[in-house]
Amino acid sequence: MNFWNDPLKVAADWLMGVFAGWGMNETAANLLVAFLGVLLLITILMVIDIFLVWIERKVVSRFQDRIGPNRVGPFGLIQPFADIVKLMIKEDTTPNGADKVVYNLAPILSMMSVLILWAVVPLAPVMLGVDLNAGILFIIAAGSIGTLSIIMGGWSSNNKFSVIGAFRQVAVMVSFEIPMLATLLIPTIFAGSMGMNAIIQSQNIWYVFLSPLAALIFMIAAIAELGRAPFDLAEGESELVSGYNIEYSGMKFGMFYAGELLHAFTFGGFWSIFFFGGYRFFGLEQISPAFGILIILFKAMIGYWVIMWVKYTMMRIRIDQMLSFNWKFLTPVAFVLVMVTALMNALLSSASSWLYIAGMILSNIIVAWVALEIVRSTAKQERKKVEGVKVVAEAHH
Amino acid sequence: MNEWLYVGLFFIVGLIIPVGAIAVGWLFGPKKPNPIKQETYECGIEPVGEGWVQFKAQYYIFALVFLVFDVETVFLFPWAVKLGQMGLFAVAEGIVFILILIAGLVYTWRKGMLEWA
Amino acid sequence: MTGEQIFFLIVGAVTLLSALMVVTSRDLVHAALWLVATLFGVAIVYAFLNAGFLAVVQVVVYIGAIAILFIFAVMLTRRQAADTGAAMNANWWVGALVAVVSFLGLASMLSKWSGFSKMATAMPSGFDAVGQLGGALTSADGYVLPFEVASVLLLAALVGAVYLAFNKK
Repeated sequence: MNFWNDPLKVAADWLMGVFAGWGMNETAANLLVAFLGVLLLITILMVIDIFLVWIERKVVSRFQDRIGPNRVGPFGLIQPFADIVKLMIKEDTTPNGADKVVYNLAPILSMMSVLILWAVVPLAPVMLGVDLNAGILFIIAAGSIGTLSIIMGGWSSNNKFSVIGAFRQVAVMVSFEIPMLATLLIPTIFAGSMGMNAIIQSQNIWYVFLSPLAALIFMIAAIAELGRAPFDLAEGESELVSGYNIEYSGMKFGMFYAGELLHAFTFGGFWSIFFFGGYRFFGLEQISPAFGILIILFKAMIGYWVIMWVKYTMMRIRIDQMLSFNWKFLTPVAFVLVMVTALMNALLSSASSWLYIAGMILSNIIVAWVALEIVRSTAKQERKKVEGVKVVAEAHH
Repeated sequence: MNEWLYVGLFFIVGLIIPVGAIAVGWLFGPKKPNPIKQETYECGIEPVGEGWVQFKAQYYIFALVFLVFDVETVFLFPWAVKLGQMGLFAVAEGIVFILILIAGLVYTWRKGMLEWA
Repeated sequence: MTGEQIFFLIVGAVTLLSALMVVTSRDLVHAALWLVATLFGVAIVYAFLNAGFLAVVQVVVYIGAIAILFIFAVMLTRRQAADTGAAMNANWWVGALVAVVSFLGLASMLSKWSGFSKMATAMPSGFDAVGQLGGALTSADGYVLPFEVASVLLLAALVGAVYLAFNKK
């Protein structure tokens, strides 16, 4: 029954025995086992990634009142494999004047920046990945590499559209990193740790109930970080055609595309880790790690669905609107929320848990309400100004 | 063993997978370049000038503001980790820290540097 | 030589090589990308020293923010503005002499240092480095004042940058 409780350790011990039998020393065998484990995890992720293509296409078609892929295989399930074959046999073109090394490095770095995120994702109580004590910042650091890959791809293509797209994308990504970092301070304050596992373990109450506003801001910042609608001005099909990856074809484009989908799914997972208890669900994860994995994947899928839901509902905004929204609204609100949460946390530290939850929710509602009131009154003034101009203009006619 | 070793393994595998995928694509795909195919794509119009277009200075300003806030928030993480054990004094410290930075944001805003004019 | 030493030598060599490429490459964007490689090498060294928090901060701040800032600054110019003149002027030998002398000075100083032959004491298991840092930054007998002064410094940097950009407009 040991295998049922901790399959990873059993398998690893067995492999260690095999390698030791081949006369390997312990360090090398340990490294090799870890390498194989990482390879297995990433291969499974790539398979999930393939089906994400199908899920995304099915969901968008439902949103748009279509059926979506349904010809290849049952429910069109084989469609993504057909897509992959197509990507593989496409010609891989390099535009004139492209910076070849940087051009080829960009899609690789883009995919890598997403795959390394899974190093810190705890899948089950016994499968913690690497439990870094700076886990939250590791996500942001991996995101920095993703940002860099976009600027590399856009710049090296020697194409005006791609450079403009890359610049917009990077402006969005760096701007929304601030509210994201600020909201990540809130789970850190509650858990007293930056490690993913510690954050999950301390969520006897899901943090979304303690700080719904932080969960919301994190989601908005994550959508912007992913460059999805309404923040997909870097793609801007009607003006930039495709954005930073316009010159890429074949498998290189495939890497950007697959990276984007897996990135969205991964951020669904992070959303669930920080605010929805990660692999925990009423003690079900204690029965077997398999349940833990299923729970976190299910929660990640729900987060991914929310991201898709927003994407196919909202329209694109302009860059000035995007930057104003971030710097004049989201960033101040996020920092005020951090201050209020820190204060409430200290004041209510000795209170009973119901009082604590009630105080936290109440402070969140007040912050959100005040912020919206300020926006509403500012908007009213702006509208008055515009209307005043209109009246003058009409009087002239 | 150093936990970063395992993170390093993720970096290595994370490099191998896309490199392998692109190599497979390179292996199976046709290779028939011609000058028209290799032109940069501008919706069928022949490209004029080079891809390096000049950018608004505004991008730079936003990157500067971002840099300052990025460093600040990174400073706040150790503070947040220890907050539960330190009591009101530490909270007050953090609030003062954030308020000083928000003053910077307000200054930038008042000077009109947050406008995309 | 242990595996650790070999690994450290490789990382150090790559870091130094990319640092050299930063100052010698003609293309400014290439120089910025080589700088990223250098800074990443430094981050690996931090991780190697069990300073995980610093390693991550290095990547977040230097690669995620400062390198992006450099690339934005380069892209504000036009390609024609790129420098095509000689990379060195007539005084190159003075600079080289200063560099060699200071390197020799540092080397002679460090050669007497006893730290090279010592091994670092192992970290106690479960050592919470970030928590220790947080405690040092927040406790009254720790580094509260530098912590607050850092925020004032950042404010000054922001105000200065905005002022300069504003005047140019």
